[in-house]
Amino acid sequence: MSSRAEIAVSGPPFAFTEENLAEAERHIAKYPDGRQASALLPLLHLAQRQNAGFLTLQALDYIAAFLQMAPIRVYEVATFYTMFKLHPMGRHHVEVCTNVPCWLRGSDDILAACRQKLGIGPGETTADGMFTVSEAECLGACVNAPMMQIGDDYYEDLTPETTVAIIEALARGETPKPGSQSGRRGAEPAGGLTSLTSMPGEPAEAGKSGGEA
Amino acid sequence: MPRLTIDGQEVEVPAGLTLLQACESVGIEIPRFCYHERLAIAGNCRMCLVGMQGSPKPIASCAMPAADGMVVQTNTPKVHAARKGVMEFLLINHPLDCPICDQGGECDLQDQALYYGFDRGRYHENKRAVSEKNFGPLVKTFMTRCIHCTRCIRFAQDVAGVPELGATGRGEDMEVTTYVRKALSSELSGNIIDLCPVGALTSKPYAFVARPWELSKTESIDVMDALGCNIRIDARSSEVLRVLPRVNEDVNEEWISDKTRFSCDGLRRQRLDRPYVREDGKLRPATWNEAFARIDAKLKGVAGERIAAIAGDLVCAESMLLLKRLMEGLGSPNIDCRQDGAALPAGPRSAYLFNSRIAGIDKADALLLIGTNPRLEASVLNARVRKRWRSGELKVALIGPAGELTYEYEHLGEDPRALDALVAGEHAFSQVLRDAERPMLILGQAPLTRPDGAAILAAARRLADETGMILGTRWNGFNILHTAAARVAGLDLGFVPGQGGRDVEGILSGAQAGEIDVVYLLGADEIDTGRLGNAFVVYQGHHGDAGAHRADVILPGAAYTEKDATWVNTEGRVQRGFFACLPPGQAREDWAILRALSEVLGRPLPVTTLADVRALLLEAAPTFGTLDAVVPAAWGEFGEAGAIDAAPLLPAIDNYYLTNAVCRASVTMAKCVATFGDDASMKTGTHG
Amino acid sequence: MLKDQDRIFTNLYGFGEPGVKGAQARGDWDNTKDLLARGRMAIQDEVRKSGLRGRGGAGFVTGMKWSFMPKEASDRPHYLVVNADEGEPGTCKDREIMRHEPHKLVEGCLLACAAMGAHTAYVYVRGEFYREAQALEAAIDQAREAGLIGPDACGSGWAFDMHVHRGAGAYICGEETALIESIEGKKGQPRLKPPFPANVGLFGCPTTVNNVETIAVVPTIMRRGGDWFAGIGRPKNTGTKLFNISGHVNNPCTVEEEMGIPLKELIERHAGGVRGGWNNLLAIIPGGASVPAMPKAVCETVRMDYDGLQQAKSGLGTAAVIVMDKSADLVRAITRFSRFYKHESCGQCTPCREGTGWLWRVMQRLSEGRARVEEIDLLDQVTRQIEGHTICALGDAAAWPIQGLIRNFRPELERRIAEYQASQSKQAA
Repeated sequence: MSSRAEIAVSGPPFAFTEENLAEAERHIAKYPDGRQASALLPLLHLAQRQNAGFLTLQALDYIAAFLQMAPIRVYEVATFYTMFKLHPMGRHHVEVCTNVPCWLRGSDDILAACRQKLGIGPGETTADGMFTVSEAECLGACVNAPMMQIGDDYYEDLTPETTVAIIEALARGETPKPGSQSGRRGAEPAGGLTSLTSMPGEPAEAGKSGGEA
Repeated sequence: MPRLTIDGQEVEVPAGLTLLQACESVGIEIPRFCYHERLAIAGNCRMCLVGMQGSPKPIASCAMPAADGMVVQTNTPKVHAARKGVMEFLLINHPLDCPICDQGGECDLQDQALYYGFDRGRYHENKRAVSEKNFGPLVKTFMTRCIHCTRCIRFAQDVAGVPELGATGRGEDMEVTTYVRKALSSELSGNIIDLCPVGALTSKPYAFVARPWELSKTESIDVMDALGCNIRIDARSSEVLRVLPRVNEDVNEEWISDKTRFSCDGLRRQRLDRPYVREDGKLRPATWNEAFARIDAKLKGVAGERIAAIAGDLVCAESMLLLKRLMEGLGSPNIDCRQDGAALPAGPRSAYLFNSRIAGIDKADALLLIGTNPRLEASVLNARVRKRWRSGELKVALIGPAGELTYEYEHLGEDPRALDALVAGEHAFSQVLRDAERPMLILGQAPLTRPDGAAILAAARRLADETGMILGTRWNGFNILHTAAARVAGLDLGFVPGQGGRDVEGILSGAQAGEIDVVYLLGADEIDTGRLGNAFVVYQGHHGDAGAHRADVILPGAAYTEKDATWVNTEGRVQRGFFACLPPGQAREDWAILRALSEVLGRPLPVTTLADVRALLLEAAPTFGTLDAVVPAAWGEFGEAGAIDAAPLLPAIDNYYLTNAVCRASVTMAKCVATFGDDASMKTGTHG
Repeated sequence: MLKDQDRIFTNLYGFGEPGVKGAQARGDWDNTKDLLARGRMAIQDEVRKSGLRGRGGAGFVTGMKWSFMPKEASDRPHYLVVNADEGEPGTCKDREIMRHEPHKLVEGCLLACAAMGAHTAYVYVRGEFYREAQALEAAIDQAREAGLIGPDACGSGWAFDMHVHRGAGAYICGEETALIESIEGKKGQPRLKPPFPANVGLFGCPTTVNNVETIAVVPTIMRRGGDWFAGIGRPKNTGTKLFNISGHVNNPCTVEEEMGIPLKELIERHAGGVRGGWNNLLAIIPGGASVPAMPKAVCETVRMDYDGLQQAKSGLGTAAVIVMDKSADLVRAITRFSRFYKHESCGQCTPCREGTGWLWRVMQRLSEGRARVEEIDLLDQVTRQIEGHTICALGDAAAWPIQGLIRNFRPELERRIAEYQASQSKQAA
């Protein structure tokens, strides 16, 4: 397992786009004067998004200067939080939750499906640079397990088949529908509502949308 | 004053103490790794756990304020078990390489393991390995040994003011690093070696050199700057192997600068280990008698006013005193200890002292720096300014070249006439000074060496008067920051031109013009030796530096580590250094050389022992009778009224690592120059 | 069983519109101005009367927590920080609030701030919840546009604004002082206490950190009264609660139920029962990864509230119920949790930094039986060397599941070791 504390890779000079500059200022404005360092996490997210999903040394130094922080403090933060990537990532980062609630519902099979479809295991990137697969810690969608996160979206109630279908759709350049892949709306029981069945103004039949399981 | 019970003993401790400190105050030692009295509290090592009534969990005593009514246990089985547990965790990933670790024998972890370690390991998994980091030419890393106490990080951030160390990653993968593999750019970096409780950070030059029990340890005084930092010299036979700080709250707390610590290899190189005389333009080894005879022959028939002496930056009070007496005997008024030509008078004493004292910085609330970069000229003092500034109580302004001083300051430009503006109240900062309760100024050496130095001195004096820096015996905020360890003693002893005598500039121009025939250089290397003309030059000193190269006779003396000697720091504090090892070859203690020479010259000095010399010191200046303390200096008139020139102030130090003959001979210092660039005064860049 | 009319989160499943219109139709933002007009102490009193305890895991009485904030105004602003760093394995309740009932949270923040003299709230949303943060920001924008929050919130004269701050993947930021550090742009390393956040918190100012669910139920408590809330559940364990039921049940779901509902009833009524029937049950972790697993016998009767689960030597935690049937490898499950805690340890304190890795490595071997029986006791000792010896509770959380495993399932561990040894000696022979 590679250490998080390793050095970031060097890249070309980094600067925020004009759009992101405005976004960065919007974040900084959330905090009191002189507390611009509070915007560090949001700005790292922003820089990572602008820079193909990972942070270069140049991006870290740029943000340090932007927020008037000592670079080492930025490096500390960038290596502490797992969402910040310091190495090139595939275009789609497939993060399969393997913590216990998902594991009990078959996350091993989901990982296996990824491996079978993409030929890579956790921590690896496909040769074409399209996909990186990771094992994720609990992503907080446990009643919709097993699940995975790709980019900003959660894909829940997965089976190996729906997992492969999502990856195939992404490979084709499509955007698969996020959320439950079994037809559930949210976190309601799949067998039909057991509560909130009599709420005024809510269509009772809505509860049946989750239908089959 | 909270009253609490510690191990059944009722104690009353001053408010604001932590439990750990409260325990210490009653003689109960609490083991610790992360806690350090001069650093911010981290509370992360968990070694200092104690039991407290009402708390189901043991608590970290380093972080818990002592409060009224607390009942604390430090030696219950539960507390012992907790500490043993922590110790075991610290050891599971710590290598068992004590036999090849430079910290061996002075390692906190090793020591504590005696009390809290298990007799065998229960951890049968693989140990963690951590890659080495590059902290520069001074600090060696062995990061697998790191126990993550973060002392070095807190020191760099808080004390040194160079936020370049951090802990990246998290959990068991956390690593202390500079991350970009960059040398730590602080003049105080060596202190992290002392702070590191294990062998993760050790001295690079000292690597694998010695074990602590092989060393003879001598408490002494540093001469690399004018602070008189308290040091311990560790030597083996005739070699100084390392220099460490000693605690002196009034001077250096417990820090020393990298030059103090690491220049000691310079004591082994370029040494003058025998007398030399110049023949046919070349220096050749000679006996002491030959050398003395040569001087005697040269001086025969030379009138006193054609003889001169200059004392250097690293010379002790004893040798200056005897040289002064000798020159008096020869009828020469041409003596000077101000190699750089600083326009400082030899009195009143308050004119050339750091009157508020170094510890006074802790109380100051406004500070004006005039032509000084304390970070380079007195790094440890600079850390003290930073400490005060961090408390939020100190406002700082600077006239002179801007530099990264590790604290914020208002830059009033480089034009020294800003002083006049401040006196006239034309600048906002003069109001800050006036409003302050304890305002101070620090006047560096660079402005004093200008042609208008005396006028600048007078203007600074006036400013001190005008802005309320002189408050009788309660406070004197007028401070001269010297860079030469010898300077204050020289001024105390009146090692300045006598009636009609020449100062350094006069001596050099006289030598150039053929009006001076003999120049005696007592360790004087920081002068333009090219201007000595055809004068016959005697050089007494320890290094083959600028002065020795020009000399016609060389008398090999002892360096500061090789003699019992008296030093007076920039505050006027008289301190004694002690002999740690023999000078090389035929080199001798300096007072003895002068005594012997005086005999040959037929003007024997009235001393036969060092005690005799010290009695003379006391006679020359009674302040020498007060050791390790500062005799307050009365305020008086000094400086010369005159116009201040508009020319910008210049830095006093060109390269921090190369300021004297010892560090110029040091390989370690040369490595620092290679790492940080030729011009160490510029490496910190400009401010803002 | 809780009646629908006593349910607070009526759009829990997102069938209704989460926006301000839908929220108002469900009763949110109804007369908020009047609630605010009752004043700071009245809001605190109502919440104290409700008996509401923190829904983030520690279960501290909310009204009391709020009362720790300084009463006297000073030049230091007060802050409310909402902990939406939902990351305790098994837990996914705050997510539903943020995406389906964000206005309950926004309105709750307003009321809580008014009760603590705060004008600003920050909601710290775990970084992975990108869509949830978007949903919440949308709700905040709507509320701001509608004048429900802002310089004159709901026309009450109280200035209030709130901001979303996204985390970036660190479970430890769920610890309140680590969370504060993280908002300040630092590593999420818990702070030493004292000082407590109510005195020195965010930006050095008085701060209260509350869980999303805690804050989101406040408006309903204010409307229906503390007595109503206190009448649900058992004394000291009052109110309704969101339960996440995951793992080996027929219909995993999130549901709002009465505090103190029997575990068995909760699972059978809402989650379609244990897969393969109740008798197929092996163990249940009733409150997220940090609480000990309970064997079936305990699960039969235990009630789902703070006291009930504490008596059963487990804990309510976040009320994340992870069900394992007999097909589950419980040892591997706990090993997986050990890996999680090792991964999430911030690295600050020695026992947790070094100990969590040790635990995981021994557990890994143990799950395969590749260990000696004495190592079970060693493991237990190591957990006790961590427990209670660290700045925050992550060390405790890493220790407890293993202690629960050894206490309740030791024979299974010994069986594994024996089995492995037998297979080894067979191979040797």
